Amino acid sequence: MGKTLFDKVWDAHVVDTIPNGPQILYIDKHLIHEVTSPQAFNELEARGIPILRPDQIVATADHNTPTINQHLPVEDPLSRNQLEQLSKNCKKHGITLYDLGHKYNGIVHVIAPELGITQPGMTMVCGDSHTSTHGAFGSIAFGIGTSQVAQVFASQSLLLKKPKSLRVSVNGILPPGVLPKDVILYIISQIGTNAGTGYFCEYAGNVFEEMSMEGRMTVCNMSIEMGARGGMIAPDQTTFDYIKGKKFAPQGDAFAKAVSYWKTLPTDADATFDKEYHFDAADIAPMLTYGTNPGMGIKINEHIPETGDMTFEKALEYMNFKGGSQLLDTPINYVFIGSCTNSRIEDFRVAANYVKGKQKAPNVNAWLVPGSQQVAKQLEKEGLVTVFENAGFTMREPGCSACLAMNDDKIPSGEYCVSTSNRNFEGRQGQGSRTILASPLVAAATAIEGKIVDITKTILA
Amino acid sequence: MEKFTKLTTTAIPLPIENIDTDQIIPARFLKATDKKGFGDNVFRDWRYDTEDGSLIKGFPLNMPQYKNAQILVAGDNFGCGSSREHAAWAIVGFGIKVVISSFFADIFKGNALNNGLLPIQVTPEFLKQLLDTVQENPDTQITIDLKNQVVEFAGVHAECHTDPVEVQGRSTKADFDIDPYKKVCMINGYDDIDFLVSKKEAIEAFEKERVVFGR
Repeated sequence: MGKTLFDKVWDAHVVDTIPNGPQILYIDKHLIHEVTSPQAFNELEARGIPILRPDQIVATADHNTPTINQHLPVEDPLSRNQLEQLSKNCKKHGITLYDLGHKYNGIVHVIAPELGITQPGMTMVCGDSHTSTHGAFGSIAFGIGTSQVAQVFASQSLLLKKPKSLRVSVNGILPPGVLPKDVILYIISQIGTNAGTGYFCEYAGNVFEEMSMEGRMTVCNMSIEMGARGGMIAPDQTTFDYIKGKKFAPQGDAFAKAVSYWKTLPTDADATFDKEYHFDAADIAPMLTYGTNPGMGIKINEHIPETGDMTFEKALEYMNFKGGSQLLDTPINYVFIGSCTNSRIEDFRVAANYVKGKQKAPNVNAWLVPGSQQVAKQLEKEGLVTVFENAGFTMREPGCSACLAMNDDKIPSGEYCVSTSNRNFEGRQGQGSRTILASPLVAAATAIEGKIVDITKTILA
Repeated sequence: MEKFTKLTTTAIPLPIENIDTDQIIPARFLKATDKKGFGDNVFRDWRYDTEDGSLIKGFPLNMPQYKNAQILVAGDNFGCGSSREHAAWAIVGFGIKVVISSFFADIFKGNALNNGLLPIQVTPEFLKQLLDTVQENPDTQITIDLKNQVVEFAGVHAECHTDPVEVQGRSTKADFDIDPYKKVCMINGYDDIDFLVSKKEAIEAFEKERVVFGR
């Protein structure tokens, strides 16, 4: 029987199998950041265990960093201490750190691909559930807890049970105005937030084959929002072209060799999956969430379901929406374009293309937070910063920002925020904040209009 | 890690589905660099009023009748969302040793087991009976026997039996699954680091053979 992409990569990394137990899986790359690593460093220190492979670890500061005045000392003492701990730990153990202000600094899931650290066929982990992003390259990438961060520090390996396999296929032609973010929000709204729990997902079909790497990353990023530890897309010419020439990518002959290996990775025609879903691209529309988990999504011009269980009612009460109503015309005072889901150059190009020559509505605070210093530089180079600033948007410095609101970028209590991030949980963007997840295009349109509008009508017009 | 074998205690009912780790411990409390103190802020925004900071009396974790409970009984898909292990530290810090639900998110489940917090998955029917029972009678004692993989509580919920007299002196019981390796770890207080470090030779042998192209 044939093997899946996941099988091939997994099997190539099994160090050992415990009888009736888990397997030891070797980890090629370990990404770390300031929030989920300090306790792991402490743990090893307390036990007197050295870090086995510091050269396979890359660190960045992103979750708890300010997005204004990054050149100044961090004001909040707790945040400053956490960032200093990361610097100290990395220095002590010889780990590469792209600290605040470094030209490669940015959100961990944005910088690793843009530096060529992420490559097909690899196993990658990070103490962050959106590590699934890197699966866009055909790597096994998943989020881990801090105890596991310590395990990888100590052994460059993890003890894991092989997950089951799931494939989501989307074929056909996407309607105008439908972005990769809409595709993944649609999938989650159809299959629910725990359909993928216990599974690793592969996305297949012409819709993903025709997507850019940025789009594929947006899709794989949100795999965890349907419960899947990771999501993968078979590497192809689009993948190879993206990686070629990147700083840490194989160069010259090594690149050619790598490509010939990467070409062996896609799922065999006769491989089978434990679970499969098929969707028609034509049924997808620009999406919005109305509740407090990413599965509570509807098409932009649909109505919120009439009724549901206690959890549904609690979510609607929190969001101050009524069952059966539409989200169109809801006044919106906050728009956030950023996060590891949608802060890459392509996301800002889409938004800028819509915004160009228009003015932001006076009621809207529109925050644009690029995913990395390199994205910020590119925005400048392409003249997009001017486009946004002329339209009245605020351009901030790179970081996770209002996606999780650990820093000062918080949405006030009771306010709606149309956000390109990945989670609409209660209070995710600040205590009492109400998040509506959407694509960068819908977010940009909301900022211009000051309310939710049917983007499909605007685009078709 | 603390050893876990058998526990008899009361439980806090939290009949809400899809409880994510942002609710268990909000991001603004993740600035600490050690594992201490997270218990004070567990379910912070559900326990305290966002506006005036007062205790929300109707929230189960704040109710005096559930004060000394060491089990949390929660709705489906518990612990979804962020990988933050701080969520497990916060629950343990609050004094909880077991979480019972009909479904757990993967990363939370792993984090819980790595901190001596036992996640027990039961059927939706059993979960409902347990929730109803502890809501009606907060003094209900629940026994977790890890060695035999059994969860049991005194009494049978009235709805399940037509003759209430029958219920007297009886109990409701369910078996639960746990990975055999993790079971050994929980019972003995072992964690994965020591085991993985002991496999260093095999790991180094693997490294000599593995495929590497980039830098």
